[in-house]
Amino acid sequence: MDFKLTKEQQLAQELFRSFAENEIKPLAHDMDEAEQLDMELLGKMQRYGFFGIPYSKEYGGAGGDNLTYTLCMEEVSKQDASCGITISVHTSLCCACIDMAGTEEQKQKYLRPLVDGTAFGCFGLTEPNAGSDVQGAQTVAVQDGDDWIINGSKIFTTNSAFADTCVVFAVTDKSGPVSRGLTAFIVDLKNTPGVAVQDNIKRMGIRAAQNCIVTYDDVRVSKDRVLGEVNKGFKIAMKALDGGRIGIAAQSVGIAQGAINETIEYVKVREQFGKPIAAFQNTQFKLAEMQTKIDAARLLTWRAATAKDNHEDYSSLAAMAKLFASDVANEVTRMCVQLMGGYGYCREYPVERMMRDAKITEIYEGTSEVMKMVISGGMNLKKK
Amino acid sequence: MKIIVCVKQVPDTSGKVAVKPDGTLDRASMLTIINPDDLNAVEAALKIKDQTGCEVVAVTMGPPPAEKMLREIIAMGADRAVLISGREFGGSDTFATSQIIAAGIHHMGLNDDDIIMCGRQAIDGDTAQVGPQIAEKLGIPQITYAGDIKVEGKDVIVKRMLEDGFMNIKMKTPCLITCIKELNEPRYMSTFGIFGSYQKPVDVYDYETLKDEPLIDKDTIGLQGSPTNILVSFTPPLKGAGVILEGADKNTANELADILEKKHII
Repeated sequence: MDFKLTKEQQLAQELFRSFAENEIKPLAHDMDEAEQLDMELLGKMQRYGFFGIPYSKEYGGAGGDNLTYTLCMEEVSKQDASCGITISVHTSLCCACIDMAGTEEQKQKYLRPLVDGTAFGCFGLTEPNAGSDVQGAQTVAVQDGDDWIINGSKIFTTNSAFADTCVVFAVTDKSGPVSRGLTAFIVDLKNTPGVAVQDNIKRMGIRAAQNCIVTYDDVRVSKDRVLGEVNKGFKIAMKALDGGRIGIAAQSVGIAQGAINETIEYVKVREQFGKPIAAFQNTQFKLAEMQTKIDAARLLTWRAATAKDNHEDYSSLAAMAKLFASDVANEVTRMCVQLMGGYGYCREYPVERMMRDAKITEIYEGTSEVMKMVISGGMNLKKK
Repeated sequence: MKIIVCVKQVPDTSGKVAVKPDGTLDRASMLTIINPDDLNAVEAALKIKDQTGCEVVAVTMGPPPAEKMLREIIAMGADRAVLISGREFGGSDTFATSQIIAAGIHHMGLNDDDIIMCGRQAIDGDTAQVGPQIAEKLGIPQITYAGDIKVEGKDVIVKRMLEDGFMNIKMKTPCLITCIKELNEPRYMSTFGIFGSYQKPVDVYDYETLKDEPLIDKDTIGLQGSPTNILVSFTPPLKGAGVILEGADKNTANELADILEKKHII
């Protein structure tokens, strides 16, 4: 077993770290306050290839791997989790669906601009009445000649405010369970009549990310935009979410490591009772416990990413990584605020934002409870 | 057309500066970075590549770990690199260094439409001599302190920045330009460049490779062959607290004058 990154992965980590420190960190506070992403910043991230890391050069991607993608997610999320989720939804949900199920023509037409840094992607699965329970999906698509007509609404569609392409899931066969009647469609969000993207939903954390309701009112798409086979979309969605969880685990590691890094700088200079608070054993022990947990979360994340890179089954591994890392992100950010006391609670210091941002990691792309369902599902618990 | 960019791996002086007992820098224990001005030269070369599609080749002289820096420059967009490395070259001063690099460039082949770009100076030695000396040894024209560069066929027009103004100078290729930090904002590596960067060619020129080059003379390279030698390098001691004289009257002025006189300043 070798825990060393390859030389190329090390270079990539250097790129992500220096870019995030120099370009993202100075903007993170203002983007959170404004509840807006800096589009110029996103453009730079596109140019430097942050949006196509694990995709083949054949389709315009960087030709990297999933482990490198987690390095990107960690370094970006250390400075700003909103930028992290923007990359994650684009990469491991939208692009992943087209990469795994698209025809050669669809990959050249839709995947290429997404991974070469000229278009943004999003993923429309969650609905107002279908969150953890995808079976409750009510968005439908009906065939009309060579076209399909989509009607319904999706909620919490991250990136939808500016995305070009959305992979949308709609029920195409109501006769049985949704899992056997869901179809994936590639929809041009900007140029398709009937698509309406509403305002950014006001949230507790990752406030700069753009997370909207998207309504589909008689949206007509041609049959060459069907992704994979008709009625086989549920598997595509579930598989994409398995991979997405690796991204969220890495985002959680990033949020936690970012908070601890900020806290270390603070406790070295903050003096109480005549000495820096870093000199108190309570501070030292808390930081030691937190760093150990972060490293454990990182190793789980790297293991899941490596399994995916090796084409091994990674569903449970990704769920374990996300379950553990998201818990660590919440515990660590909460403790970092505690160590920084009143100042930690102030918006002037980034740990306040990081604590708010951490919460969502236990909710999206499968809640912690869903993660436990996935993990226990692989533990052979059914009665013989 | 190709652009040869000369780069140097230097100690990261934002970290701790370590000095060996013999007074030379303990490079092995210090973090290294690409010399900042050299990154401006890399960016200038890559900008011309973006416009013309020319080849960009990074060249450095240094120990084998300098390969990592060359891979970084390839990940920024350079096509290939050359590492000039050998025990015989170690300890060279600027005279010997420029001679060896010029020999390396001659060995690689300098065509009529080629351009060599260097940073103005390195943050370790701070001499600003190697670039100009390479041009002299290759017998080609040079312009230093470039604040803007335009390439029109075989003409290169450079805005040469001076303390109180600038000169626009035109020269013919092949030629050498040294670049200042105001020239541009260096780009980062990109993931597109990083993946595959270790498959791109990095040729190593050792003494054996270059020994028959006319510029290589065993007596004028390396520590022994260098006309200048570093006697000692050290971290200057911190200055103590200053003296503050208060008051705006004649007595205070006299007091100040006395101090300056004692220090032989006036």
